[in-house]
Amino acid sequence: MATTAVEQPHPHSGAHARATGVWSWITTVDHKRIGILYGVTAFFFFLLGGLEALLMRWQLGAPDNTFVSPDVYNQLFTMHGTTMIFLGVMPLSAMFFNFMIPLQIGARDVAFPRLNAFSYWVFLVGGLLLNSSFLLNAAPNAGWFGYANLTSKQFSPGLNVDFWVIGLQILGVASLAAAVNFFVTIVNLRCHGMRMMRMPMFVWMSLITQVLLLLAFPVITVALILLMVDRFFGTSFFIPAGGGDPVLWQHLFWIFGHPEVYILILPAFGIISEILPVFSRKPLFGYAAMVFSGALIAFLGFGVWSHHMFATGMGPVADTVFGLATMLIAIPTGVKIFNWIGTVWGGSLRLKTPMYFALGFIAMFIIGGLSGIMHSVPPADLQQTDTYFVVAHFHYVLFGGSVLALLGGAYYWFPKMFGRVLGEGLGKLHFWLTFIGMNLTFFPMHFLGLNGMPRRVYTYPEGLGFELWNRIETAGSLVLGASFLVFIYNIIRSRHHIAPADPWEGGTLEWSIPSPPQEFNFPALPTVYSRDPLWEQRRTHGAAPEPTRVSGQGIHLPNPSFWPIVTALGIAVFFVGFLLGVNLWVILAGGGITALGIFSWAFEPAG
Amino acid sequence: MRIPPAARRRLGRLAPLLGLVLLVLAGCAENYPQTTLAPKGDFARAVDTLFRSTVWWAAGVFVLVEGVLLFAIFKYRERPGGPEASQFHGNALLEVIWTIIPATILVFIAIPTVRTIFRTAEPPPGDPLVIEVIGHQWWWEFRYPEFNITTASEMYVPVGRPVDLRMRTADVLHSFWIPQLAAKRDVFYGRDNRLWFTAEEAGVFSGQCAEFCGIQHGRMAHRVIAAAPADFDAWVARMSAASAPVPVFDGDSLALAGQALFATRACVGCHALRAVDPPPGLVGPNLANIGGRLTIAAGSLPNTDANLARWLRNPQEYKQGVLMPNLGLSEDDIRALVAYLRTQRVATLPPALAATP
Repeated sequence: MATTAVEQPHPHSGAHARATGVWSWITTVDHKRIGILYGVTAFFFFLLGGLEALLMRWQLGAPDNTFVSPDVYNQLFTMHGTTMIFLGVMPLSAMFFNFMIPLQIGARDVAFPRLNAFSYWVFLVGGLLLNSSFLLNAAPNAGWFGYANLTSKQFSPGLNVDFWVIGLQILGVASLAAAVNFFVTIVNLRCHGMRMMRMPMFVWMSLITQVLLLLAFPVITVALILLMVDRFFGTSFFIPAGGGDPVLWQHLFWIFGHPEVYILILPAFGIISEILPVFSRKPLFGYAAMVFSGALIAFLGFGVWSHHMFATGMGPVADTVFGLATMLIAIPTGVKIFNWIGTVWGGSLRLKTPMYFALGFIAMFIIGGLSGIMHSVPPADLQQTDTYFVVAHFHYVLFGGSVLALLGGAYYWFPKMFGRVLGEGLGKLHFWLTFIGMNLTFFPMHFLGLNGMPRRVYTYPEGLGFELWNRIETAGSLVLGASFLVFIYNIIRSRHHIAPADPWEGGTLEWSIPSPPQEFNFPALPTVYSRDPLWEQRRTHGAAPEPTRVSGQGIHLPNPSFWPIVTALGIAVFFVGFLLGVNLWVILAGGGITALGIFSWAFEPAG
Repeated sequence: MRIPPAARRRLGRLAPLLGLVLLVLAGCAENYPQTTLAPKGDFARAVDTLFRSTVWWAAGVFVLVEGVLLFAIFKYRERPGGPEASQFHGNALLEVIWTIIPATILVFIAIPTVRTIFRTAEPPPGDPLVIEVIGHQWWWEFRYPEFNITTASEMYVPVGRPVDLRMRTADVLHSFWIPQLAAKRDVFYGRDNRLWFTAEEAGVFSGQCAEFCGIQHGRMAHRVIAAAPADFDAWVARMSAASAPVPVFDGDSLALAGQALFATRACVGCHALRAVDPPPGLVGPNLANIGGRLTIAAGSLPNTDANLARWLRNPQEYKQGVLMPNLGLSEDDIRALVAYLRTQRVATLPPALAATP
């Protein structure tokens, strides 16, 4: 998608001309280029996950359908979930982390530029490896949650689960490396005057997200290692016949899995909190409450994992504790929603496309939040869990929430990232198709779930009353699919519409520099005195003139490096060795390449 | 009536919302045999009551918050010559109020929740009928220790007597779910999980496995038949008499041929034909009373001769990946086996329920 807009020479190219060509992208350590790489790759995977969803919806469009076989269906729903979470929404957030965090805090790059490149390449090889399983008709088929002991060698003898374990293990490396990087970047690289309580809300929510990543991913890593040794070396951590416990997997998975939900939604909260003030022409309502509620959501998010497990029969005390803790999360989440409405209230709303998506986000997220409260009631959850009611719930928070916010963010920051403006008319068409499509697709799932349709079934018989709603959902999913075609067309068409530095009259630092930014971001590192420095400047000195591109002579930037991609490939080879029947030579070769990469990286002059 | 263009635009924007409301209304009208919203058992009723109170709170919050949001969007749109945005940063009092209100609502949800949690966690009241539930890939086995009866896919229970389910799995996790009578509970290997309910009225209740359990998770269904006490006793009496396969009439040569096939082909290696003391260790569902059951293929297909024949022709066709292989039977063999299985009719649906689908 975006490559069409990117690989053209920029009309404003200054003296500090960018290196071009494939090699320059492979060796790049520029956070903006890495952000674009993340975006393009994640959008591709996102479309793939969407295609998987459309195939599932087509299968479920009629009872007893035979459009896809049961095994293919199970591969589709497993890969849809895994793809959307790990290869779609998370890296789309990472695109904005990469591109926007340094710009918003007034920095030249992230703290560890080569580590940043490494994160991307590891993410790419992990995603490709996971999806290459389709070529062998052995895509993962045990669900994105991979409940033991279905994942044991006995019940899943094929390569499917191996691909899943190894793909996720690789992706975890990428997420952890990126989390360290952004955490340090935000803590250490803020420009003068950018105190913590002056940071843009997107930076705040990103910071909290990195903490969640740092604490949650080690848990899934450990769980996956245990599962790996169960599968490859015959241990029985999760195999009851061997003294293991499948419930242990559920605990480990959800200790990761629930914070993961907030990893997916907190960046979205941040994006919304950027868009609403700019298009309401007034500051964010209750900045401090927004920060603390975000932190509180993240903190509580570590104490509610067992609400995914009420049906396992944990006993009334555990049910009570996890049920009530879950309800507590509604309070800071409610504060956020009210503060967003408070931001809109009294404003002068410019209803541009990013604002459409932001307002749509609030409207849809409320629905997802309310069905979440219904799930926090353990006895009620005993009916709802593993039904389409849950599917409805998390699509309202993940699609109505995360994805709408990411799309809003895409419309909002596209001019900054690519120097082009997306069309307003097409943007609004895109919004309405998405909005109508998602409600047609996901709202009837509430009824289906409450009326007895379980999740993860490849078909359903006639006579249970599921036909009508499923048909409506399938129609809705086609509308949703079409909305993304409009988006892609809008991106292609944007080539002709050059963006100014500040198309929206924004308040944060990224709008003070040319679009797209030059390699060094800021000719001189800025100093800020308030939360919305550009608005402050506008009030005191009037509108700033369009920033010009400068030569950037003498600005110190890190050197490009190919060791990050070498190291990433080494890790891929290492893990592929396990897929090849635990081939020791391949594993050793991969370990060797990784070691060589890290060693050479360490002794390479950084710039 | 003339509607001003601005108002018409506003109404137009409300259309999707109205559409949603209509969808909700339509959702309650139809008939769903597997619904959680029409409880016919005490456990399901307790859950339903609690759920409904939560729904009302949620609906109130939904209308209020979405209403305020829509109002703000319409009222504060930028208009030429309109007022500037007011530059306020927050309002401490407001923020405290809208923290306290949701917290209070949650207390009103939490109190009945905790009460129901502890009530439903207590052991079943009275003198319960114990039924062992065993999940298999991809069918449910039911055992009645009190009567020494084993059966599959169709569970009979008496109306009015509490039923105490002791549940486990023979392989991977499953989740036993009877939406109208109780709720669901996951089953594990090596430990019993419990669920109880009392059926309030007679009926045939659908359910299906709710925990993903492999390739045929989608076709792992079952029925719970709640029968009047007398009808239940009759069922028990007939099943208790099934300590051997039902004998075939001498004149029925087709069924006799089927009987011979059943004993000599692979069938007998996996399936028992008696409900009392079946040989242990058989991997297939118990087939005692297969001729009198409502469904075959784990509650998925109506028990007709045509469906039985279709199943025997190649079980992998309807249920890909099922553990029963394609036996490569000839059409003559299939006819004979169908005739024989049809003779294995011990108990049928009580007449009072026969009208129910």
